[in-house]
Amino acid sequence: MAVEPSPPRPEASGGVTPWWRDRRVVPWVVQAAVGLVVLLAIAFLLGNLVRNLTAAGLLLSWRWLNQPAGFDISESLIPFNAQLPYWRALAAGLVNTIRAVLVGLVGATLLGTLVGMASFSHNGLLKRLARIYVEVVRNIPLLLQLVFWYFVVFLTLPNGAAALQLPGIVLAKSGLYLAGLGEGLRWLGPQLVNGVWQAPIRLTVEFAALLTGLIVYSGAFIAEVVRGGLAAVPKGQWEAASSLGLGWFATLRHIVLPQALRVIVPGLNTQYISLAKNSSLAVAVGYTDLYSVAETTLNQTGRAVEVVLVLLAAYLTLDLLISLVMNGLNHLVQIKER
Amino acid sequence: MPSLIRRLRSELFATPGDAVISIALLTILAAAAAGFLHWALRQAEWAVVQVNSTLFAVGRYPIEQQWRLWLLTALLAAAAGATWGMLRAHPRRDRTGRLWPRNDRLAVAVLIAVALWVPFALGLTPAIQLRWWLLTALLVVIRWLAGRFGAGLPPALKRLLPIVWPVLYLVGMVLIGGGLGLARVAPAEWGGLLLTLLASSFAILLCLPIGVLLALGRRSDLPLLRWGSVLYIEFIRGAPLITLLFLGQNILGFLLPGGLAPDRVWRAAWVLTFFAAAYLAEAVRSGLAAVPRGQLEAARSLGLSSAQALRLVVLPQALRVALPAMVGQFISLLQDTTLLSLIGLLDLLGVARTVMANPAFLGRNAEVYLTLAILFWCCCAALGLGSRALERRLDPHAVPSRV
Repeated sequence: MAVEPSPPRPEASGGVTPWWRDRRVVPWVVQAAVGLVVLLAIAFLLGNLVRNLTAAGLLLSWRWLNQPAGFDISESLIPFNAQLPYWRALAAGLVNTIRAVLVGLVGATLLGTLVGMASFSHNGLLKRLARIYVEVVRNIPLLLQLVFWYFVVFLTLPNGAAALQLPGIVLAKSGLYLAGLGEGLRWLGPQLVNGVWQAPIRLTVEFAALLTGLIVYSGAFIAEVVRGGLAAVPKGQWEAASSLGLGWFATLRHIVLPQALRVIVPGLNTQYISLAKNSSLAVAVGYTDLYSVAETTLNQTGRAVEVVLVLLAAYLTLDLLISLVMNGLNHLVQIKER
Repeated sequence: MPSLIRRLRSELFATPGDAVISIALLTILAAAAAGFLHWALRQAEWAVVQVNSTLFAVGRYPIEQQWRLWLLTALLAAAAGATWGMLRAHPRRDRTGRLWPRNDRLAVAVLIAVALWVPFALGLTPAIQLRWWLLTALLVVIRWLAGRFGAGLPPALKRLLPIVWPVLYLVGMVLIGGGLGLARVAPAEWGGLLLTLLASSFAILLCLPIGVLLALGRRSDLPLLRWGSVLYIEFIRGAPLITLLFLGQNILGFLLPGGLAPDRVWRAAWVLTFFAAAYLAEAVRSGLAAVPRGQLEAARSLGLSSAQALRLVVLPQALRVALPAMVGQFISLLQDTTLLSLIGLLDLLGVARTVMANPAFLGRNAEVYLTLAILFWCCCAALGLGSRALERRLDPHAVPSRV
């Protein structure tokens, strides 16, 4: 039954409603007034911007993008050197950002899922450790964690033969070396050649510190999302499945996860977008991501407005892409009604 | 004792698999704890924190003006004690009017322990140690006085109490920044914990009204308001804070007529405010969505105007539902102030970076970052605890309403 929220009051005097109390007029007057104020403010700010930029000789132009950058980027997936133009530098930064975000997403999801499931463990110690991890990580700023990983952990690692060695992994101050497919598609582990480590895959310590920080931080938030999703499945579902003879894994795979994912996926979307935005803190650990390249570009060219526009456009597009993928995933896991 | 053993067995050694996991975890934990203790007691050199404690607390605030900060801390302690005591002076029905409930005794014990240990650990001079003890004593004594005699105060005085905090905030701004006869201390000289707390409290206070307005705008029937709010909220939430701070530092000067642009610290504080407002708006919106539409309709049919219905009926319920999410945002905001160090301001982390650049303290990263981490953890955990206590207090099902 639809209830009219505010029926027009009968006029006691029987006269015409004055326009300032007419419900058909007032909303439009309010909107027009707010719109006018906002438009005036924007016009004022833009007017100042144009005037000030003209005075500084920095009026909006994109020609500087084709000038040689003149700075080098320490690690880049696409070929780059100081003679190449600014747009190539920004592109290299964007590729670095995307690389960190993609690897971070996978790592944080794995860690978060494990910790989220650990909080349902029968083992009291494991359960408590999962809680402690989440509570410690969530209450310490990410930037502080990143500089901790970089300056305290990764930069104090030993080099050469003293480096930390695990099967297939070597962790040294000069970088993180991983086993992989070497020349001739042979599986190759890290090797010490003349006191220098060599391996098919080498990550810089900057990248490793950024990844560790992002994965540990986002992992805690994703663990909470996963825990919430699993907790949302009633206990009776587990009991019913096991009374039907399903094992623990079959119950998880066929009964619990399909229901939990409906709660988890929207939460993951938020966490993935935060991770993408948080990757911009890479500048604190010396990893040349998009923001770090943009900052250098601004310092060299003074093109503040253009650089900020590029940054905002890049991050908004990245968020949008993540949202699109996650919304597609969300459609997949939602209840299919006939 | 047997119950402890039984509990350990059921929690840690219920099955062989559990036992293996438990033993492995216990070994790792023991090794980590031993390694940490060895480092903290033998290898770490805590002088870097002790020598620079003033820098971490207030940055480069002029020494001859620091008495103003001590005065402000004393006023804050007195106000906190008075508020705390007055809350206990009016017993709720479920607490049977005890002057010192268990949690309060615990809080006072923690407070006194911190006041005794921190000045000692930081190696402060006796004169400053004495100030810390006096401040703590002031808080506890006023808490006791207010709790004991607060109920007997004249009602006119009691009504003044909620106004104390906003007034104190303004007084604090004058004490910190100068004016009204006090020498001016430029924002560039504020730093350390002072700057962190100032920037976050400023942003928390101001993002609240802006966020509520944005949330109302997003749920408004008027298309222009709705789309304007949506555009703002989604734009801000899509951009990383660091790019917005970058925008504030580099473009705000171009957007405002010459000389009107605030200085770097205030620019950052305003960016934090407008950033937090977008996130807060989403928290408030979830609260608004939880209030049934019938509440607004009932209020309107009782003759309340739209504004009255919103202010007296809808918002109080919505904000109560949104409280946990809002405090979550405040906690992130407090953590986000560390980003000020990336744009060259001397917040806690910024001070840490300058201290690290000093050759005398080269390589003492672990000590400094660990101290900061503990400080942030305590602040954020305290906010979380406070939020949960407030939730319980505001829960209509926990407290029978007074007729």
